[in-house]
Amino acid sequence: MIGDYTYSEFGSILAMQGFAGLILFSVFVLMALGLAIIFGQMGVINMAHGEFMILGAYVTYLCSTFVSATIPAFFPYYFFVAMILAFCAAFALGVLVEWAMIRHLYKRPLDTLLATWGLSLVLQQTYRTVFGAREVGVSLPDWLIGSLPVTDVVEVPINGLFVMALTFVITAVVYLLMYRSNWGKRVRAVVQNRTMAGAVGINTRMTDRMTFGLGCGIAGIAGSAFTMIGSTGPTSGQQYIVDTFLVVVFGGAASLLGTIASAFTISQAQSTMEFFMSGSMAKVLTLLAVVGILMLRPQGLFTLKIRR
Amino acid sequence: MGSSSHASTGTLDKSRFANPFFTREGWLYFAILAVLILVVFPLTLDAFRLNNVGKYLTYAFVALGLVLCWGHSGILSLGQGIFFGLGGYCMAMFLKLEASSPENTAIQSTPGIPDFMDWNQITELPWFWAPFHSFGFTLIAIVAVPMILAFVIGFAMFTRRVGGVYFAIITQAIAAILTILIIGQQGYTGGVNGITDLRTLLGWNIRTSEAQFILYFVCAGLLLASLLLCRAVHVSKLGRLVIAIRDKEDRVRFSGYDVAAFKIFVFCFAAGIAAIGGALFTLQVGFMSPTFVGIVPSIEMVIFAAVGGRLSFFGAIYGTLLVNYAKSTFSETFPELWLFAMGGLFIAVVMAFPDGLAGLYHRHVRPHLAKIPGLFDRQSGRGRDVVAQPAE
Repeated sequence: MIGDYTYSEFGSILAMQGFAGLILFSVFVLMALGLAIIFGQMGVINMAHGEFMILGAYVTYLCSTFVSATIPAFFPYYFFVAMILAFCAAFALGVLVEWAMIRHLYKRPLDTLLATWGLSLVLQQTYRTVFGAREVGVSLPDWLIGSLPVTDVVEVPINGLFVMALTFVITAVVYLLMYRSNWGKRVRAVVQNRTMAGAVGINTRMTDRMTFGLGCGIAGIAGSAFTMIGSTGPTSGQQYIVDTFLVVVFGGAASLLGTIASAFTISQAQSTMEFFMSGSMAKVLTLLAVVGILMLRPQGLFTLKIRR
Repeated sequence: MGSSSHASTGTLDKSRFANPFFTREGWLYFAILAVLILVVFPLTLDAFRLNNVGKYLTYAFVALGLVLCWGHSGILSLGQGIFFGLGGYCMAMFLKLEASSPENTAIQSTPGIPDFMDWNQITELPWFWAPFHSFGFTLIAIVAVPMILAFVIGFAMFTRRVGGVYFAIITQAIAAILTILIIGQQGYTGGVNGITDLRTLLGWNIRTSEAQFILYFVCAGLLLASLLLCRAVHVSKLGRLVIAIRDKEDRVRFSGYDVAAFKIFVFCFAAGIAAIGGALFTLQVGFMSPTFVGIVPSIEMVIFAAVGGRLSFFGAIYGTLLVNYAKSTFSETFPELWLFAMGGLFIAVVMAFPDGLAGLYHRHVRPHLAKIPGLFDRQSGRGRDVVAQPAE
């Protein structure tokens, strides 16, 4: 007996908490992947990252409203189209922002931080003007609602499973793009040595723009996935930004594997502690632990050894 | 820095490095500012507006610290709200305990403790509240608590040579943690409402308009004193060293200086000044809440300094006043436009005017003023208020 619970009950609670942690892990990974590319690879601080996610969420919302109003027969499958549209919208906005702002600020990282914060305020107010201040939710197709019973006490929600599968696919795609494609090779070359990369004929400006756009596009997909597990408001993005940055920094900025490992650590720690104490204290303790570890090991969990 | 050649041997123009505390020009600016906030505002504004200006001036403390910390030393802290808030909370705890005397709180189930504790079924004053019965302790704690926290953060980060954007992100995370903690621990901190209903300071009612008038002058006087103090730090050898650290950290380290110690000092100094501002905020506004601690207010405080000019102490004060005046005007008339304006301001200040108002003044206004004979001293090109641009 542990407290008031029997061992089997305790085991199921652990399993449920663990699964909740896995969903949180998927969310963190989705949030952090885009930032791991933008911040980790390019070294650009994009404080508007959360707003790019929310853009994806709003695109999904528009899609769901549009599809259910005009072609209800297509409704069960709209989500896949919505995700592609979310990616495209966030990618386009990202490329635009890179062209208008970021490319002038590559040598002033602290200023990029302030400028993108300004951008995030502008985007927030735009969302509020267009969609209203209230949070909006997406109606899910039937096949995403409900939960799968694993044992008689343990159940897992289907939308959570879907988010996990999606995370897995996107992570795999990003990995292939970054580490197994010519494009990824170019990106890494530009990051490691811009001058030499230019000298061997890589169009560094174009690479920067596409990399930034891709990071934003992935944020858009993440936002699209979020609509399945929560509602979206104009300021939702701002709530994620600290978590996301901590995940990336904690993992070691230049390492994709590190980002995934740190997302796993942070999410599991938080969801396990949430069982023993209030949600806010769990969050405080998790973040404090992360900050504390970062103070002892500033380079994060995983480091890439590059001679600069 | 313009004077980076001073390492060369030979004849040194001593007067270039003597760096007088203020030139005649500097004193002129100081006098203008002092007249503006000590004479012009109190004479022209009604009690409500004056109280608002007093509130803005408390933010100017933070902006002053940021000029030293960010502009001069290159340490961008996105967590100045932590220190502003801690200073404010220390003051609020003292005032709250005074307002919660057993006579005032006789209707509570536990008289003598703050009302929000009673609502949260706490029956005993928590240990960390107890020392705040003493005014002397409170005055020390207002500055000491934030500075100790700043020291811990600074020591951990700077001795491991963490700086730049990582430092910004960590300070931001700490601001977020503190906000969640304050909101979550409602029984000990007053939660999301903060510590409200503050009435008297040592028996003196701070809610009357006369008291607010006096507090405005206390605030303005302390701000001018802090300005002089910042200036003193800036013209000292330490002030020159932090600029050198900002521009070429490794070179300073190789010259044998303990870079981390200087950075820690500047960060703690900025924290202490921000905390004084926070305490004065609590006194003038009559409450303190987590909305002044978190990420959003902390970044807004950076923009105050950026608009004024990140290298100029005077600019920081004018920038704070201007941004806040614009904020209250906008949000009274066009609330939906305010975030657009604020966001645009962030982008414009970074992309188009990196030196803010002070930069504009030095480029466009000052050259004309300098032609007036006798207005600035003859050697006005030296020891100017605005130091050279960052090398980045």
